[in-house]
Amino acid sequence: MTTSRRTLILTTGALLAAPRLAAAQETPGVTATEIRIGSTNALSGPASTYSVITKCLTAMFQRLNDQGGVGGRKIAFIAYDDAYQPPRTLEQTRRLVEQDKVAFLFNQLGTPTNSAIHRYVNQRKVPHLFLATGADKWANPKEYPWTIGWQPSYRTEAQIYAKYILEQKPNAKIGLLYQNDDFGKDYLHGLKDVLGARFDAMVKTATNEATDPTIDSQIVSLQAAGCDTLVCGIIPRFAAQAIRKVHDLGWKPMMFMTNVSVSAGAVMQPAGPEKGVGLITSDYRKDQSDPAWANDPGMAEWRAFMAKYIADGDLSDNNYTYGYGAGSTMIQVLRQCGNDFSRENVMKQAANIAPMDIATLLPGVQVQTQPGNYNVIRQMQLQRWDGKSWVRFGKVIEGGNV
Amino acid sequence: MNGLAHQIVAGIATGGIYAAVALAIVMIYQATHHVNFAQGEMATLSTFIAWSMINAGMPYWVAFFATVVVSFAIGVAIERLLMRPVQNAPELTHVGVFIGLLLIIGNATGWIFGYTTKSFPSPFHSDKPLAGGLISAHELGSTAVTLAVLLLVWAFFRFTRLGLAMRAAAYNPRSARLVGIRVGWMLALGWGLAAAIGAVAGMMVAPIVFLDPTMMLGILLYAFAGALLGGIDNPMGAVIGGFVVGVLENLAGAYVVGTELKLTVALAIIIGVLVVRPSGLFGRVVYSRV
Amino acid sequence: MTRVDESLGPSGAAGGSRAWRATLLTLGIFAAVAPAFLLESFQLFQLTMAVIMALAVLGLNIVTGYNGQISLGHGAFFAVGAYVTAILMSHFDWSFWATLPVAALVCAAVGYGVGFPALRLGGLYLALTTFSLAVAVPQILKHKALEDWTGGVQGLFLVKPDPPFGLAVTPDQWMYLSVVAVAALCFWGTWNLVHSRIGRALMAIRDNPTAAQAMGMDISALKTKTFAASAMVTGIAGALSAVAIEFVAPDSFTFGVSITLFVGMVVGGVASILGSLFGGLFVLFVPNIAEAISKAAPGVIYGVILILFLFLLPGGFAGLLRQIAARLTRRRP
Repeated sequence: MTTSRRTLILTTGALLAAPRLAAAQETPGVTATEIRIGSTNALSGPASTYSVITKCLTAMFQRLNDQGGVGGRKIAFIAYDDAYQPPRTLEQTRRLVEQDKVAFLFNQLGTPTNSAIHRYVNQRKVPHLFLATGADKWANPKEYPWTIGWQPSYRTEAQIYAKYILEQKPNAKIGLLYQNDDFGKDYLHGLKDVLGARFDAMVKTATNEATDPTIDSQIVSLQAAGCDTLVCGIIPRFAAQAIRKVHDLGWKPMMFMTNVSVSAGAVMQPAGPEKGVGLITSDYRKDQSDPAWANDPGMAEWRAFMAKYIADGDLSDNNYTYGYGAGSTMIQVLRQCGNDFSRENVMKQAANIAPMDIATLLPGVQVQTQPGNYNVIRQMQLQRWDGKSWVRFGKVIEGGNV
Repeated sequence: MNGLAHQIVAGIATGGIYAAVALAIVMIYQATHHVNFAQGEMATLSTFIAWSMINAGMPYWVAFFATVVVSFAIGVAIERLLMRPVQNAPELTHVGVFIGLLLIIGNATGWIFGYTTKSFPSPFHSDKPLAGGLISAHELGSTAVTLAVLLLVWAFFRFTRLGLAMRAAAYNPRSARLVGIRVGWMLALGWGLAAAIGAVAGMMVAPIVFLDPTMMLGILLYAFAGALLGGIDNPMGAVIGGFVVGVLENLAGAYVVGTELKLTVALAIIIGVLVVRPSGLFGRVVYSRV
Repeated sequence: MTRVDESLGPSGAAGGSRAWRATLLTLGIFAAVAPAFLLESFQLFQLTMAVIMALAVLGLNIVTGYNGQISLGHGAFFAVGAYVTAILMSHFDWSFWATLPVAALVCAAVGYGVGFPALRLGGLYLALTTFSLAVAVPQILKHKALEDWTGGVQGLFLVKPDPPFGLAVTPDQWMYLSVVAVAALCFWGTWNLVHSRIGRALMAIRDNPTAAQAMGMDISALKTKTFAASAMVTGIAGALSAVAIEFVAPDSFTFGVSITLFVGMVVGGVASILGSLFGGLFVLFVPNIAEAISKAAPGVIYGVILILFLFLLPGGFAGLLRQIAARLTRRRP
């Protein structure tokens, strides 16, 4: 009698458990022991400075696996090279989804590259998570519910600068130098968002191409137009040139630089650190060379990770703090999934992150999502260059919900 | 008016960059009657070599001359190893080898040195801005260096026997051989000199535009326009052409078409020159008899 | 040197070769259509792209292979074709098939316009002009004045056409079959061109322009028309690619595309129709192999392969096949 009851209980238990196991096998990219995550990045070619992000993420998943994985499963992270060419991104993404059958996509790099695939992934209902681009268009849950960005958008950043300018200099004459692509144009839109009807009267614009040798001519034009404020949405190479030229011209505008191009080592040093004094930018991350974080537990955690998993990594490269932040967010989502790693649940968890702190983000800046608001990081703090390092000032400002 | 003066002076400064690269292109053309599409990448590689030397602690001018010598050697080696086997092959093969070189050198430079922007020192310093901030000490110095190199090149071709032999070897290899000129080595010399000039151009350019593996592609286009405008077989013409392109590009960008179309200005110059006066402003019109 | 007159087949003699040709044709059609039903959707997509690139390389071959004019900027025509189709489909709701002739004509016109000044002069000038065109194209595409049409930096989205008459094939399969049909048409047209009087005239101009001119050919006119035709074929390939990828953006059409086409042509086989097919396959599949060899510098591998082919196999894959075929036919008693 006992045996058959035990058998009955065991069999029922097995039958109840079986659907869950079967469901795990029907879930693409997820087996009982493994979760496959796909990504693309510019691993070669001119944009390959960002390939260290992939290196960082690979190491973070390695660390996670060493700690036992998540939901009893290890992560298999597959990253392909698209050399920043949209057609290649499509090919590699289709390879990941249709051939490698990954569960979902994570931290793919670039704006035109992600543009090429975002309809495809939304049609196929593949979570397209935490993209490595600050373009504004990813925070669109109504039309593209499966796509979600991560860093504060460039447009948000420009809005923050515009708000600050209006506060300090309501009658400023603003010069805007921006790169003639998605990245630069977000700055144009951000300024327009805040200035509205006053834009045409207050702002003089100039553009540049990534292939231009110098932007001196544009800077000269903006000065000649009588601008007393300068906002720049340009890549690091031109940022260094701009800082130097503005100084050499003897021009002293209130100057803002996109936070993509403010690295002490790659921009401020080549330009000449004394030439950039007074330059304003914003950030959402802790600057690893800032002495204020020397004993910060979050940065200590990051440094320990780098020492153990990426010993040859360049600690002054802030792509590593970026990667650490994105990776931490992803791991949090995975933990929130429990045992259900179906695409629907992964997306649901990604859209429902309660405000959380991350080791490499500034205090007061948090990661959060809601189903109606896909802006993952909404806050930034302004900082000013004092000749030696970036000094934060003011409070953390929240960007408008675009 | 102040703005105009600034734009013109800025144009002359960037024009100096184009002039230096145009000179290297013309040098190769005069020596081999080919246009080396990989010239920009070779100059970039040379500049990175200089950067490595300076980073290792060598003083600037030592690294400068060492780089010039190394680049010369690389140019000669490329000619002997890669161009020599296909010297009798059709034009397509030559262009193909140039493109292959462009791919290899361009990508190898990026792979070895990485794509992060680096700063490159300038030997010209000034504590206060010159001419009211119109031009920097380096821009002035590099223009002077370009003109000095031009003078050396002109003197070489005009007054030395070796220069004469090189020109003869390019124009008529068969006859040149008959008078005892070693044509093969003349070609190699031409490549070496062009590589050396390219290295100088790169080292002058890098402090302005900052050093990274892609710095030369846009510049190469403007340099081609300058070389064509001035006359592709005339070193002085090429240099003047380079300056003119620099000024035109800036003025057109600031006042006429807007900064978004500067590359198109270069394209327009090239097409315009080819339609109106293909031999360029100072080039010689060549009539070939069959 | 290594250029074999295309009008003579490897087996020369008529008669038995006609049955041979019919068999080859049937096999060819079968081989072209079968993958639509045998391959999985991703691999089919890859093959579709390979056929499109083969068509683009064919275009380049017409002007550089058969006519000896070196173009380093065919990526520009690829871009123009893609954008014409994208604009017509996305702003004016044209059907995909209707856009193809328009794209072809526009590219032919642009090719004529660009070729006209440069072709009067030596090959060097065309190479320079086309090089400059290729470098300048992304900037032109992003320009404000055209932005309303081209979508500027953000690009334009397209949708693959649905299979007609409720045929039981997926859009991917229909896309592949359409691409193969268009490509086959263009290949057939080019084959006819090359084997005609005009084709012989083109090759004469390539091999000995002075003699050709002495024979009374209007070299400039013929060269310009050839350039226009080649731009048209590459433009059609561009139009197909726009729909296959369902997206166009200026960043998809950088100078690298022109270089890729050039390398494909050399490796596949200059002045060879079959070579263009090889070229297309090479262009699509080699980057993946190169990535496997060297993650950080696949471009170097590309350049090395190009130079190796130029030195060792100037006739490309097609040339290699020809050599093998010649050796086999020689051995037959």
